[in-house]
Amino acid sequence: MEVFLIGLIAATLRVATPLILGTLGELFAERAGILNLGIEGTMFCGAFVGFVVGGATGNLWLGVLAAIVAGILAGLLMGLLSVRLGVSQHVSGLGITLLLTGLSLFGFRLIFGEPRIPPSIAPFERLPILSQVPILGEILGQYALTYIALALVPVCWWMLYRTNFGLQIRAVGENPEAADAAGVNVFLTRYLALAIAGGLMAAGGAFLSLAQLGAFTYGIIAGRGWVCIALIIFGNWQPVRVLWGALLFGGVSALQLRLQTTGLDLPYEMFLALPYLVTIAALAVAGRNATYPAALLKAYKRE
Amino acid sequence: MRKPSILHTLVTCALLLVIFTVGCAPKPTEAGPTKLLVFGAFATPIEEPWDGVIHAALLKAEAEGKIDYEYTDNIGYAGDMERVLREVADQQKPAIIIGDAFGNEEAARRVAADYPNIAFAFGSGLGPSEPNFSVFDNWIHEPAYLCGMLAGGLTKTNTIGVVGGYPVPEVNRLTNAFIAGAKEVNPNAKVLVTFINSWFDPAAAKEAALAQIDAGADVLYAERFGVIEAAKEKGLFAFGNMSDQNELAPDLVVSSPVWNMNPTVEYLIKQVASGAYTAQDLKDFSMVAKGGANLAPFHATESKIPADLLAKVREREQQIKDGLFRVDINEQQPAPVN
Repeated sequence: MEVFLIGLIAATLRVATPLILGTLGELFAERAGILNLGIEGTMFCGAFVGFVVGGATGNLWLGVLAAIVAGILAGLLMGLLSVRLGVSQHVSGLGITLLLTGLSLFGFRLIFGEPRIPPSIAPFERLPILSQVPILGEILGQYALTYIALALVPVCWWMLYRTNFGLQIRAVGENPEAADAAGVNVFLTRYLALAIAGGLMAAGGAFLSLAQLGAFTYGIIAGRGWVCIALIIFGNWQPVRVLWGALLFGGVSALQLRLQTTGLDLPYEMFLALPYLVTIAALAVAGRNATYPAALLKAYKRE
Repeated sequence: MRKPSILHTLVTCALLLVIFTVGCAPKPTEAGPTKLLVFGAFATPIEEPWDGVIHAALLKAEAEGKIDYEYTDNIGYAGDMERVLREVADQQKPAIIIGDAFGNEEAARRVAADYPNIAFAFGSGLGPSEPNFSVFDNWIHEPAYLCGMLAGGLTKTNTIGVVGGYPVPEVNRLTNAFIAGAKEVNPNAKVLVTFINSWFDPAAAKEAALAQIDAGADVLYAERFGVIEAAKEKGLFAFGNMSDQNELAPDLVVSSPVWNMNPTVEYLIKQVASGAYTAQDLKDFSMVAKGGANLAPFHATESKIPADLLAKVREREQQIKDGLFRVDINEQQPAPVN
């Protein structure tokens, strides 16, 4: 039982880490009025760039940094399409996901050819000192990126609710006309929000390739970006509630894998569906009072 | 008043276009099609191990000068397979089209029926269809059985974990053979089986393996990629799948059931070149007796395997090669705990 619980909590944090980073990123974009469906591709690109740079330089943190830079560029491209050119956010976001997925795979083949076995590097270690704490070592000994993701939650909350910049982001997401009249540069604010968003999403992808696996393969994101989009609604566009959503999804994911090993005589699909069922149920309850950023999906044009 | 200028839009479009065309540029084909032209049509990127095995065999045949080879991958399951196959059949007019029909069964068979002069050989869980649609599949249950024997002998906790993609006939075959092998050597062995419902989600596969380790497993069979990463983290023995995956963890990956498509490809080329080709199930060419499947070498782990266990496995292997031992083909979905 003790192994079960401790393993469960440790796995919850691991599974939730890329989701926390991805949702925090998406939160910035949506709070500024941009639904960024480029998230899946941005995470994929982050996983790829992080792996390549981390592997080539031998410095995994440099890999994370490079992934963040790539994510920022992806965010700016989203800005060019949806903010500057006013293209439909659905179309530009999905386009970016397709573009970045294709480009990353293309780049992968240019660099690694067609290996029969995915190339791998030594991934991040779990934090060594904390891993040796008796009993709780397994839980505390997480990857540094997990702690960073958790620490970013209050940071993002503080940025959004306690800084002038956060106020501007929320203003352009709610009422860009009024924000503009008040002297806020709507375009610049949205660009910046998308840049932050892209960086966070890409860091979430880099967690998978540099910490969880030490490898990059196609399908490495496997829809986690789309899960983030749902978690934002679940979290009602608030950083702390979004964190609970990511932990809930991660927790049920980790739980169902453990239930499968107990030999309960149920079709395994029931277990696999659990995280999604729980999220849908939670959405149905929490999502009814969802308050979308009022300007979400609306391109802003100055008259 | 700031409107996106036309120039701006054009530059963006041009940029995207350049990026796309660079990515999609076809390989220049060499003139003089004296050799058979074989076309590969893959639903997934060729990095996917199943399609990767086919691709590797075709590349080998090309390198040996037996065929000309072109391919398209990542065709997907959204209806593009039929269009791609028809375009290829009309324009390139290959002698043979090889691919995977899983998820595209009807499309592949429809096109084959319209081009009776082209040999179609597709990976499929179903049967062949006259006059020209042959099927193959990976039939590596024999080396999977041998890996099971090794796992059964190596486990200290009497618990072994298997992480699989979907419970389709192929995966069930391997898993059941692996379980049977483990039970032959160690009747007390408990085998945990988890499916992740994805062919490629290594992070989920790793988490599934870690959950099995929490449940006591100390030897893992990585039907899917990602499991060996868990073994590496915990320092446990593991088995790969489809190709020799020892290099992922040289001290820990004991062996892997290996699929080899060379015998199938060579047989196909011979049949088509001699005009004797007919639709058939090519499965024998993917089994041990004809060299289509084998147990990967033990590499650095050989010294860690107890001698009597090794002798037993070698004996079984020889019996399979000689046709004296038959590994049961069981395509029932395995239970979560066996």
